[in-house]
Amino acid sequence: MWWTRLKALIVKEMLAVLRDPKSRAILIVPPVVQLLVFSYATTLDVKNADVMVLNHDRGQWGQELVRRIDGAPTISTIRFAQNPAAIRAEIDNQRVIAAVEIGPTFSRDIESGRPADVQIILDGRRSNASQIVAGYLSRIVTDLADDTPAGKRSASTAVTVVPRNWFNPNLLSQWSMVPGLVGIIALLIGLVVTALSIARERESGTFDQLMVSPLRTHEILIGKMTPPMIIGLLQISLFIAVAVFFFEIPFRGSLPILYGSAVFYLAAVVGLGLFISAMSMTQQQAILGAFLLMVPIILLSGFATPIDNMPHWLQPITLIDPLRYFLVIVKGVFLRDLPLSEVIDNTIPLALIAVATLSAAAWLFRRRLE
Amino acid sequence: MTCPNGSPGTRQDPDELVRFLDVGKRFGKGRPALEGISGTIDGGEITGLVGPDGAGKTTLIRLMTGLMLPDSGRIEVFGFDTRRDAARIHPEIGYMPQRFGLYEDLSVQENLDLYADLRGLPPAERPAVFQELLAFTDLKRFTDRLAGRLSGGMKQKLGLACALIRKPRLLLLDEPGVGVDPISRRDLWAMVKTLTAEGTGVLWSTAYLDEAEACDRVFLLNEGKLLFSGQPADLTGRVADRVFKMTGITGRRRPILAEMLDRDGVVDGVLQGEAVRLVMAANASIENATRGIAEGKVSVVPAAPRFEDAFVDMLGGGPGGRSALAETTARLDISDQRPVIEAHGLTKRFGDFTAADNITFDIPRGQIFGLLGPNGAGKSTTFKMLCGLLKPTAGEGRVAGFDLRRDTAEARNRLGYMAQKFSLYGDLSVDQNLDFFAGAYGLKNPLKRERIALLSDIFDFKTYRGMSAKDLPLGLKQRLALACAVIHGPDALFLDEPTSGVDPITRREFWTHINALVEKGITVLVTTHFMDEAEYCDRISLIYRGRSIALGSPDSLKASIATAAHPDPTMEDTFVALIGKFDEKSAA
Repeated sequence: MWWTRLKALIVKEMLAVLRDPKSRAILIVPPVVQLLVFSYATTLDVKNADVMVLNHDRGQWGQELVRRIDGAPTISTIRFAQNPAAIRAEIDNQRVIAAVEIGPTFSRDIESGRPADVQIILDGRRSNASQIVAGYLSRIVTDLADDTPAGKRSASTAVTVVPRNWFNPNLLSQWSMVPGLVGIIALLIGLVVTALSIARERESGTFDQLMVSPLRTHEILIGKMTPPMIIGLLQISLFIAVAVFFFEIPFRGSLPILYGSAVFYLAAVVGLGLFISAMSMTQQQAILGAFLLMVPIILLSGFATPIDNMPHWLQPITLIDPLRYFLVIVKGVFLRDLPLSEVIDNTIPLALIAVATLSAAAWLFRRRLE
Repeated sequence: MTCPNGSPGTRQDPDELVRFLDVGKRFGKGRPALEGISGTIDGGEITGLVGPDGAGKTTLIRLMTGLMLPDSGRIEVFGFDTRRDAARIHPEIGYMPQRFGLYEDLSVQENLDLYADLRGLPPAERPAVFQELLAFTDLKRFTDRLAGRLSGGMKQKLGLACALIRKPRLLLLDEPGVGVDPISRRDLWAMVKTLTAEGTGVLWSTAYLDEAEACDRVFLLNEGKLLFSGQPADLTGRVADRVFKMTGITGRRRPILAEMLDRDGVVDGVLQGEAVRLVMAANASIENATRGIAEGKVSVVPAAPRFEDAFVDMLGGGPGGRSALAETTARLDISDQRPVIEAHGLTKRFGDFTAADNITFDIPRGQIFGLLGPNGAGKSTTFKMLCGLLKPTAGEGRVAGFDLRRDTAEARNRLGYMAQKFSLYGDLSVDQNLDFFAGAYGLKNPLKRERIALLSDIFDFKTYRGMSAKDLPLGLKQRLALACAVIHGPDALFLDEPTSGVDPITRREFWTHINALVEKGITVLVTTHFMDEAEYCDRISLIYRGRSIALGSPDSLKASIATAAHPDPTMEDTFVALIGKFDEKSAA
């Protein structure tokens, strides 16, 4: 008996989302476009940096440094300044991110074995990119220093550091971004689809119709949960396929494990969506509510900035962010075959969040009948 | 060119405000919204724009404001063509749209200020104008209240006040009577009358046909076509001497109505309390038609024709009296006299506001019970408590003997529910809607398939089965909503303003089904604004200020206020008088 009712409701909910060709397209096209656009847009690598050079030196070492900067693959164009004022203007207008000033005695100092000075000026407004460019430039300067007579003499005795990046050997930021985006876009769609579901029925008046039918509160909630979860899992599968076959990101972990934890992640997200939906009287309120939650969930998840970098008082709040746990799982399963024990450690909080949000939604839902 | 009406565009009558000539308008495919409409509107009169939802009333009004342009034909307002001179028309018209005319998050005064700004009323004139309008609309006490918190009637009064900020020469009112109880409706009507006395021309659009009778002239629209224009009495004249009332019926009157509707020569018939009201075809003999029924105590007397009688006659008469739905419904044991719907001391308090106070009644099997009352008086609250949508603060409601709170599932399985705006799933097809509601009530194949096939057959859904519910014509939406409400064979039907806005033919068809279902032992609770619908009820409770202030059969309520001067009051008179009496008593 209850199964007949529930099945009818699930079928109805699926039809409500999928019958209209427009809403069907909305579930597939924008998420894929978002995945592609975000993947390229949210890269942290600095490529194509423009730098300026002010070379006061007339010797060969100054020329050599300029050549090496010009030849570096990460630096696209190089401009030459005639005076320090030009540097100030170009950086101020953001036409270059950094400038290299080579002192007049640069070559002479090198030849005579004295310490030679190079100044690097950076645009502090773009702090992250500046740091990366500074890294590139100092690497070039260090390489040059090794080739100077003094550098060659000490090379045999100096300590050499050879960095190796595990899991992402070439430090491609897409490798860490795309798996994270899988979680974020699933959050976006899951939250909005569920948040709208009850609000839409309130607006059209069918909600009362539902409430006078023998469907129980928990049946209605299960019926409302199931379709977004099915859609969410399908979307996650699509994104995994795009990540593996289009972006060629390695998938080193176990697919069933990822799906297993995705179910709990989606349940947590859908619970939040239902809570918003039960609270909203109109679809407009529901959409606003969904966006209100979405931004902090993403910012506090550690997707853009590491949680360890956040102030200590803020860090405990991230503990109730479902995306935080799912990011660990999805990145881990993609890039390093996350061990089952760690998956479980991160899935238990997801399950707890799901239980909390779903019970809150059910409570609010019942209370609205008072 | 010698045309008796003069060539179009030249104004011969100084009072003439609007002239429309052969106006047509079409939205997308399908039938045109308006087709070949011609007519004039004069100052100093109330012109009724009458017709069911979807007839084209709003379109015609919007064409007059110049907000929309006609596809064919032309419209002149104050002699200006709406295509070229809309800007010269706007300052002198007042327009009150159906909804969204007010800013619900602003107070009454803020709404007035806003409209004064929009209309460019000089600040020096404002105090006097506001004073006058607030007095006129009797809203002075509520200037600080948010417009969203006003009752339906007060909202319409405020909307009217906003439309009158700069005294217009032409006032266009789009369904001002919707969702307004008879008392507020009479107030609005009186206000508009004082305006016409000052020479303003008023266009009052309505789906209530009884409002048409009070207009000076009417345009009757149906499906985009002008059926009639002229004085309402001219239209009702076409059924003069063809309207009768059968009185003195003892026992059940619904089967008599059904029988009469199928007899030759009967164009239309409705219940009117204990009596049956009939409209006969021209040249048909009432004696022949009532033979075998009008015997003994039952007598037939002529009755005054009404606008609705004429409208139905014009549309070719109402549907017959047979209900295929009821014929396939199993008869419930009607001898079981235990009440099917019971309300015992139902009380609902929101904070310190009592929305419903100790409401008690019960409805025996096979009866129709009506809840009547002004908006916000507590009738929806009572209705919602009885079908389980609201938890009562005190008291209890029972359906088929099951407590709504303790045996929720059993009680709900016994009730069918149909709401005002036919709450169907618009994105789902007809079949998918039926499928869902069958499933939600736990119907399993093959019974489920059988019920859906049967209902599709009865309601003639065949050609519409794959169509989305939102695209159905209004009449079919109504049928589908009824089909979904009875798919599980309920004992009790809860109808919340089930026929508001539908045309009289569809409304008759609906009541034919309900009447026949009631004869099969189904019990009905209905809320309604239509006084005609109240006449279908066996008993009525008039809810006012959260209390049931009168309870009884329509005829006994009418009799309770009848006076020597006014021996035969209408249901609306009764409603207004009973509330007036109550107010007097509580003031004393």
